[in-house]
Amino acid sequence: MSKILVIAEHDSKTLNASTAKCVSCAGTFSGLEIDVAVFSTNGESLCTEAAKLQGIRKVLRVDAPVNGDPLAAVLAPQVAELAGEYTHVLGPSTTFGKDLMPRVAALLGVNQVSDIMEVLGNHEFRRPIYAGNAVLTVKADDNRKLVATVRTASYKACDTTGEASTESVSPQCEIPTHTRYVELKAQASDRPDLQTASRVVSGGRALGSAESFELIYDFADSIGAGVGASRAAVDAGYVPNDMQVGQTGKIIAPDIYFAFGISGAIQHLTGIKDAGTIVAVNKDAEAPIFEVADIGIVGDLFEVIPALKAKLAT
Amino acid sequence: MQKILVGIKRVIDYNVRVRVKPDGSGVVTDGVKMSINPFDEIALEEALRIKERGEASEVVVASIGVSATQQQLRTALAMGADRAILVKEEDAVSPLTAAHVFLKLIEKEKADLVILGKQAIDDDNNQTGQMLAALWARPQATFASNVALADGKATVTREVDGGLEVIEVDLPAVITTDLRLNEPRYVKLPDIMKAKRKPLEETSTEELGVARTGGVEAIKYEPPEARSRGVMVEDVDGLVQALKDRGLF
Repeated sequence: MSKILVIAEHDSKTLNASTAKCVSCAGTFSGLEIDVAVFSTNGESLCTEAAKLQGIRKVLRVDAPVNGDPLAAVLAPQVAELAGEYTHVLGPSTTFGKDLMPRVAALLGVNQVSDIMEVLGNHEFRRPIYAGNAVLTVKADDNRKLVATVRTASYKACDTTGEASTESVSPQCEIPTHTRYVELKAQASDRPDLQTASRVVSGGRALGSAESFELIYDFADSIGAGVGASRAAVDAGYVPNDMQVGQTGKIIAPDIYFAFGISGAIQHLTGIKDAGTIVAVNKDAEAPIFEVADIGIVGDLFEVIPALKAKLAT
Repeated sequence: MQKILVGIKRVIDYNVRVRVKPDGSGVVTDGVKMSINPFDEIALEEALRIKERGEASEVVVASIGVSATQQQLRTALAMGADRAILVKEEDAVSPLTAAHVFLKLIEKEKADLVILGKQAIDDDNNQTGQMLAALWARPQATFASNVALADGKATVTREVDGGLEVIEVDLPAVITTDLRLNEPRYVKLPDIMKAKRKPLEETSTEELGVARTGGVEAIKYEPPEARSRGVMVEDVDGLVQALKDRGLF
């Protein structure tokens, strides 16, 4: 019998949506049991939340004082220890999973399959390479443990109507003290999270300044959307980097994506190609963004946005 | 601190529009410009700045690849690296093999700090640095956007999904770079001439005694599924109508 272990991502309070997406991906393997491991200092409420993930067998609650911060060096030996009885170990392809999972793979002596976008078989997968300009099919050795990250934009979150049991476990391994967590400097925001929002509004270099970007925030707030930006807007200093959408930023899959004044560099398009509907507004009729947009309008964003906001409000 | 080891990879230049071969066996590389992986260039720049601040005495750059990788190593020497090591390999190696090679180089060079790019822009694996840190049983500080060294420790700001995370690691350690860590310098002509006299040593995985680790085999390359071009609307009314037709508002 094959078994999958999914490593949960969370902020100590709630599970990150990437966890439910990993479980969805795990559900596309055949004939496997799925367990979810939650590492924290006191995982009671997190485990209650995880137990509802549809399709899983049980939740492994791994409480320890050292598990309060998401440090790969601290978590990896514990994951590797737990991996003993599993055939597959999956984590999300978020910065959390990208940091942690290769360290786990190396401890287990295997290579990792990064960014699974489709499961073709229990050891055969499709994954993007060259910033999404090519898709590679890889076959992993079925005699070895499989460690992989899941490209979360390729999967919808699983349902949360399950009733799995929770089991407390304490992996026995040495935890290094050479790595210490200092702080997270987060941008305080009441807006929906960019990576999980069903609606996202992004602005590009055409905004021209950080002040003009207020127009984007204002429209986003009027329709309850998350806010993103192109790399050009980030590099120009209009917005912080954690708002960047694209291969070098966040890869997202909202139901609707508004691109205002974004030309559509390939690296940006890589980040939005799983969006349901892409709306592009650009002055330049030849902008590459129009090649992938579902609805395009050639025009001045400074005129279009206020008009659109007014019309959608009525 | 004495020595910083920097890893670089020869990849298709980031400005080249990559095309998949019609038979699905790989991507077109004939006549295509090759360069240092951009994240690795940032890694080298960071190492050079640390040395220029007087916080390290030597920067050694290493690469695993075909003979022609000498070009990228020469560029790295022209940027300011002191020495280069080419681990000759005709075929692409897996991230775990690369990590084992770098572990050997660390032992041989007695490196105090290793800086690598967070990922290569060809296979986008984002694994080698983390694997190296695990094999070395040392800290990893991935996706770095700021590095400060003091008292045998590195304080590293990391670009994570939720913002900027700061961690402190004991040295020696592995740091992997994100885009905003620095802007690599341009190479000047006199430096290219000078770089020709700098030492470039050649070795191989066999000579280093590293066994290749496979286990993840490339089967087929395909172009990505293209999104089809949608409709153009004339004005905001048309846009609102199109959104409503799709049931989005």
